[in-house]
Amino acid sequence: MTINEKQDEIIEEFDLFDDQLDKTQYIIDLGKKLPPMPESLKTDENRIMGCQSKVWVDAELKDSQLYFYGDSEPTAQISKGLVGLLIRVLSGEKPEDIANADLYFIPRVGMGNLITSLRAGGLASMIERMKAFGKAYSTVKQ
Amino acid sequence: MQSAIETTLDIQQIRRDFPILHQQVNGRPLVYLDNAATNQKPTAVINALTGYYEGYNANIHRGIHHLAEKATAAFEASRRAMQEFLNAKHWQEIIFTYGTTDGINLVAQTYGRQFLKEGDEIIISTMEHHSNIVPWQMLCEEKGCILKVIPVNDEGELLIDEYEKLLTERTKFVSCVHVSNSLGTINPVKTIIDKAHAVGAVVLIDGAQASSHLELDVQELDADFYVLSAHKLYGPTGMGVLYGKKELLDAMPPYRGGGEMIKEVTFAKTTYNEIPYKFEAGTPNIADVVAVKTALEYMAGLGKENIAAHENDLLQYATEQLSELDGLRIIGQAKHKIGVVSFVLDGIHHQDTGVILDQQGIAVRTGHHCTQPLMQRFGIAGTTRASFAVYNTRDEIDRLVTGLRRVQKMML
Repeated sequence: MTINEKQDEIIEEFDLFDDQLDKTQYIIDLGKKLPPMPESLKTDENRIMGCQSKVWVDAELKDSQLYFYGDSEPTAQISKGLVGLLIRVLSGEKPEDIANADLYFIPRVGMGNLITSLRAGGLASMIERMKAFGKAYSTVKQ
Repeated sequence: MQSAIETTLDIQQIRRDFPILHQQVNGRPLVYLDNAATNQKPTAVINALTGYYEGYNANIHRGIHHLAEKATAAFEASRRAMQEFLNAKHWQEIIFTYGTTDGINLVAQTYGRQFLKEGDEIIISTMEHHSNIVPWQMLCEEKGCILKVIPVNDEGELLIDEYEKLLTERTKFVSCVHVSNSLGTINPVKTIIDKAHAVGAVVLIDGAQASSHLELDVQELDADFYVLSAHKLYGPTGMGVLYGKKELLDAMPPYRGGGEMIKEVTFAKTTYNEIPYKFEAGTPNIADVVAVKTALEYMAGLGKENIAAHENDLLQYATEQLSELDGLRIIGQAKHKIGVVSFVLDGIHHQDTGVILDQQGIAVRTGHHCTQPLMQRFGIAGTTRASFAVYNTRDEIDRLVTGLRRVQKMML
């Protein structure tokens, strides 16, 4: 599935919910399903600064595709869910596609205050970091 | 926490004075419990602001036309109102600032730089807001002074015995918060001031959180400096007051240079104006100064003792109701508190708590509340804080408790 196909799928899923709280529950549950990130990758270098809670993201290039790992401190479940959502959209794609992705699903799914009040939660910083990985690996030859 | 006075206020009537409260947030009626950050403004204050701009906006003090005279009179009437509010001896002791932070910086940068020297000790407390830590650290760095810190106990009260041990002939300045913004603790500032004076130290009290909840009397306290922000007492943002004893203010050098603060300017030498104008360079925040008088009148109309009694009732009720929740721990259980309840929920990040409460129309504050050393003292990264004002109700506390149950259900 391409990045845009995955985005469209997520938009459809969110359309099932009218209530903000249900959408948030969905994101929390996504976080709970996120595969564990090895503790050794939770370094200061991989930490996304500008978050109220601790969040880490790392990437690995395999067969010309970029795979992401992410986690938050255990109590910060919304941040973890948002990392999970971004990983679902971006992981397993070509670095240049990640670097150039237009993440139109974010305004479309109506996450409301998850976007605004999580400015401190660093959604924008997470996206920036993942795109930076995409850009950096675009120039790497395997 | 038990209040001796039964509140006689009609809270539903009071709520009608605050237009902002009557709105839906995320499909539910707004519950505003972030009053320690800033409280809301009654219509009378909003009208005072628009009345100024619609009726008599002009630059003050040197204008000779009708509007300038009217604006000057209103501006200076606010100074007198603030003098009365704090029970200052002289009107010249009221300096208008941009807020509490500005007032503390003014004192650190003028009194501090002029009178403190290498090796002098400055005492603050563990529960200070960053705005009452950083200006003193900057001064210590520049002048070689030493910063000492009064510890707190597990209830969030200052350890006065430890404070006494810190006080020596080297102590030249004490800067302490009247009421903790994170915990709600009311500190025994009269005792703190008296003990500091006994060793010859000068004292500043940060009254940002106290001003809308407690009766203030700077003469009775014998405070050397007292600072506050208008926006925490139902007044406008961007405006505050520094009270200082006349003899201290007279001895201090000016802070900022510019218009109004001068007596005469030549390229050879400038002489400075008298207090309070010596510290009010540039065109001041006239509209907000004018409107703060209305905010003081509004509070006086309700009666500060009535406001305190109502807020005490809310504090007691909230403490009881929140204590019913499994896994909720209140941070700060001092004997003397204003209407602030700070808490942590087991296994749930305070940021997530704030987001999900907001989705239910409930505004609280989450994080370290600009008191990181205090959070470190309690071994936590932050709290969720509910803080009350005169227009809050027991029903709203019920909404908070229900909202928190929902948070727990979603997270755990």
